[in-house]
Amino acid sequence: MNVSALKVGGFMELNEKIRSADSDVHITDCCGQRFMGTALAKGKKLTITGTPGNAAGAYLNGGVIEVIGNVQDAVGDTMNLGKIIVHGNAGDALGYAMRGGNIFIRGNAGYRAGVHMKAYKDLKPVIVIGGSAGSFLGEYLAGGLLVVLGIGAEETLPVGNFIGTGMHGGEIFIRTKKKIADLPAQVAVNAATQDDLARIKPHIMEFAELFEVELESLLEDNYYILTPNTQNPYHLMYVAN
Amino acid sequence: MLREGEFRIPSGCAISGVIDKTGKRFSGGTIVDSIAVMRERSNGLGGGFAGYGIYPEYKDYYALHVFYDTQKSKAECEDFLDRHFDIINLSKIPTAKIKEITDEPLIWRYFVTPLPTKLAESQMEESEFTARCVFRINTQFDGVYVFSSGKNMGVFKAVGFPEDVGRFYRLEEYEGWCFTAHGRYPTNTPGWWGGAHPFALLGYSVVHNGEISSYDANRRNIEMFGYKCTLQTDTEVITYIIDYLHRKKGLTLTEISSVIAAPFWQEIRAMEPEIRQKHEYLRTMFSAQLITGPFSILVGFDGGLMALNDRLKLRSMVVAEKGSKVFISSEEAAIRVMEPEIEKIWSPRGGEPVIIKLNDEVVRG
Repeated sequence: MNVSALKVGGFMELNEKIRSADSDVHITDCCGQRFMGTALAKGKKLTITGTPGNAAGAYLNGGVIEVIGNVQDAVGDTMNLGKIIVHGNAGDALGYAMRGGNIFIRGNAGYRAGVHMKAYKDLKPVIVIGGSAGSFLGEYLAGGLLVVLGIGAEETLPVGNFIGTGMHGGEIFIRTKKKIADLPAQVAVNAATQDDLARIKPHIMEFAELFEVELESLLEDNYYILTPNTQNPYHLMYVAN
Repeated sequence: MLREGEFRIPSGCAISGVIDKTGKRFSGGTIVDSIAVMRERSNGLGGGFAGYGIYPEYKDYYALHVFYDTQKSKAECEDFLDRHFDIINLSKIPTAKIKEITDEPLIWRYFVTPLPTKLAESQMEESEFTARCVFRINTQFDGVYVFSSGKNMGVFKAVGFPEDVGRFYRLEEYEGWCFTAHGRYPTNTPGWWGGAHPFALLGYSVVHNGEISSYDANRRNIEMFGYKCTLQTDTEVITYIIDYLHRKKGLTLTEISSVIAAPFWQEIRAMEPEIRQKHEYLRTMFSAQLITGPFSILVGFDGGLMALNDRLKLRSMVVAEKGSKVFISSEEAAIRVMEPEIEKIWSPRGGEPVIIKLNDEVVRG
């Protein structure tokens, strides 16, 4: 079913159309309507052409959302299951507090990608960012997997400052030949081993297939892995207890 | 007139701006369309616009936009204006009667120039003389509020959703080379006509999304230099800080950005010695003007526009270019509605200003 956002009132009416449809939905001319595909259930597919508003795919619950264009802030907010594929860039707070499912961004992500992301029982959220990510990547990360591929940013560091501030779980992989310095004391950085890479390989393969990107160079390159530093926990951060 | 600060309302906001670098004028309708896209970021308690280059026929005169509660307060203020300024022209600001905007005060506009004798007597520059008169009116006159006082620019604001405020002031009938807009969702104050954004002093205007946590420290500091914060609204203090640092202290806009959204000491330590020294100087000399807490602001000024995020980038901001136009907005969609075929789009880093001056390149950082 094709729906032009120009012909439907606001975000509530659009979301109602998405929810009540019994087939896949394609929204065209999307321009700033919020909460597109909220809590979309398993078996449903939503395609959006244009620029969806904030919190697209919030509480996603098994559905698939594909965006032909850029997305704004808080995409996949608190998402539980499913997949979000973006053929463009993402704004700030991508995958805010998500606890399951996969997000693939072809281009860059803004500040605080994966903020407060966590794993839950057998759910493990994954975000793959094709280009660069802004500062505070994986802020307060509690679980799950963040991968920054740095495509097109080979000459610079594909991440900003203060990576993993407040991180106490999960893993961040960054593909770069540059040295990652000035990390918070609570974050440990190591070169990724073959075992480490085996964990992200399926996600990189899926990324390459989704966006038709050459896979070989992505797999062979140098990755760093960032994890919480168990030698330097937070017990003295706020009060001397 | 009931002013702000009685109680606290928790909240977001929306900002948008567009400028033509060549100084070519275009209709204010563009910016109204843009801010309307972000309706969910406002709650109907304030909307406003600033337009630059809108009064070319009076470009050498200060354009005072004034709210009055009563005819009596108007008469008192006009008496003051008569004694201090030569009033070249005065009129009601044209508005449209629409059901969405109610309880409007009397809204007047005066094109003025300081009386030569008064100005000479004061031994002040024309701009300082005018700014002090504005502060006097806003602090000493009951039921009067001057909300715009620049040359060849003007602020239009009200309580309501911004797109309704735009229709109310018939913004599409103005042409300028730069417009900014604000949709308000007040955080600390109930929202009245004067408290809507933009906040302006002389040619400076500020629209702001955020809530600065250093408000009271900044206010106490800026009031030592003759500014009077009359509204308990954080954006007012940002406007005065920018006026102080730019007009009075002569800092460049890039330097001002390094003062109000200063890099962390940790970042400064990692800089090359020469740049490091400059940042150490600015942080030491102007520590009281550091603004903390979330903000994204658009600063309009004589000859350009500046966009700036707080150093932690706790608010969103997107910049795009197409031909000679530059667009800045809280959300990309609000840019796409002004120009679907943008050529370049990016999000500035926290604390990294984007400065657009007429007939000049766009400066980043």
